[in-house]
Amino acid sequence: MLNFVDTVGEAVAAVKDGSTVMIGGFGNAGQPFELIDALLDSGATDLTVVNNNAGQGDQGLALLIKEGRVRKMICSFPRQSDSWHFDAKYKAGEIELELVPQGNLAERIRAAGAGIGGFFTPTGYGTMLAEGKETRIIDGRGQVFETPIHADVALIKALKADRVGNLVYRKTARNFGPIMAAAAKHTVVQVSEIVPTGGLDPENIVTPGIYVNSIVRIDSSGAAAAGNAEQVA
Amino acid sequence: MSLVETSIQTSETPLGRDDLARLVARDIKPGSFVNLGIGQPTLVSNYLVPEQNITLHTENGMLGMGPVATGDQIDEDLINAGKIPVTELPGASYFHHADSFAIMRGGHLDICVLGAFQVSATGDLANWHTGAPDAIPAVGGAMDLATGAKDVFVMMTLLTREGASKIVEACTYPLTGVGCVTRVYTDKAVFLTGPEGVRVRETFGCTLEELQALVPVPLTAAPAVEQ
Repeated sequence: MLNFVDTVGEAVAAVKDGSTVMIGGFGNAGQPFELIDALLDSGATDLTVVNNNAGQGDQGLALLIKEGRVRKMICSFPRQSDSWHFDAKYKAGEIELELVPQGNLAERIRAAGAGIGGFFTPTGYGTMLAEGKETRIIDGRGQVFETPIHADVALIKALKADRVGNLVYRKTARNFGPIMAAAAKHTVVQVSEIVPTGGLDPENIVTPGIYVNSIVRIDSSGAAAAGNAEQVA
Repeated sequence: MSLVETSIQTSETPLGRDDLARLVARDIKPGSFVNLGIGQPTLVSNYLVPEQNITLHTENGMLGMGPVATGDQIDEDLINAGKIPVTELPGASYFHHADSFAIMRGGHLDICVLGAFQVSATGDLANWHTGAPDAIPAVGGAMDLATGAKDVFVMMTLLTREGASKIVEACTYPLTGVGCVTRVYTDKAVFLTGPEGVRVRETFGCTLEELQALVPVPLTAAPAVEQ
């Protein structure tokens, strides 16, 4: 069931206490800042958050972590020059971290959306991130068994949607959006433009509307940010 | 172990970072698909020439990445793995993260160039975590790149600030990948790693004997055919 909602508050109402939430974005590109702000306002807590990073600076996911609303982070690269809120929570033992190599993170998310129960991958074999996991030699290479990552809700950002929920993205802001849209039970998308059905070339659609549940239009979303370099961490 | 003195010393002095980047760029075969890691490896892009027809991959979903963006080119939707604004070249393509890492893991990249804390005699790589108790671990795409690319080149200084060799018998830092490194570019020498042990392709500002005194694993001169 697809809904078009007028406010970000309605859009994130599906997130409950204890939910697992996937948040799109790699750095600031593709990060749905307005949806994250709404999640902050919603009060939902005890969250497990899946994102490539663990928040940057004093915005978005970093604030959710600062406010103690995230119980566990599943990510590949939490430590950055401006990840001070995560760093403080981690050092205080107030947040759990599941560190996943980035390609395993992406493929585990993809696997969830594709109904795959797990897969063997050479990435991480022989390293501490494979400790305790099942391994096999396949085609002469050591491989590690990895399981899917499912989510209750995905919050992602796309450039445009049509009225049946088909999505197109912009440049490297695509990143985790398409796979998170498929992996979550309920997918919420912020877009900068909603076009009539038929307004997107079917050959160019990246995420088919079947994966999308809720769409909200944000004026600034996906805008080319000339002169906005200071926001790019 | 045979330390046959050959004419492999190709520079009177150790190489600086830019000279090393120029050397790596020169060694990349025309038409290659390449991923340059964050930090020192990024310098290599400054020395690739159009005649090489190299396509750069960035893990956050792009082939055909161009130079760093400046001024009006800066677009927050177009960044590289280091989250620096970049540009796109004609023929560029965008794809989602699972496809981007399928490109790595699937063996489609010819070369990745990475930094390192340590490389072992058998090509094990340690470059993501010091293992210190108070360190916050962050791995990113390092393990995927190390296991996925056909050739893994490492760029690093040979010695730590304390003077210890970063080429070691066995890595003491947590591993990124096992037996994955094929070549190590350092300020003092280029090393080839593989089943035949550590071979030295060329030295900079030292002889093979002087190099051997610094490195705690047996070194041999690489056959001329590989130089």
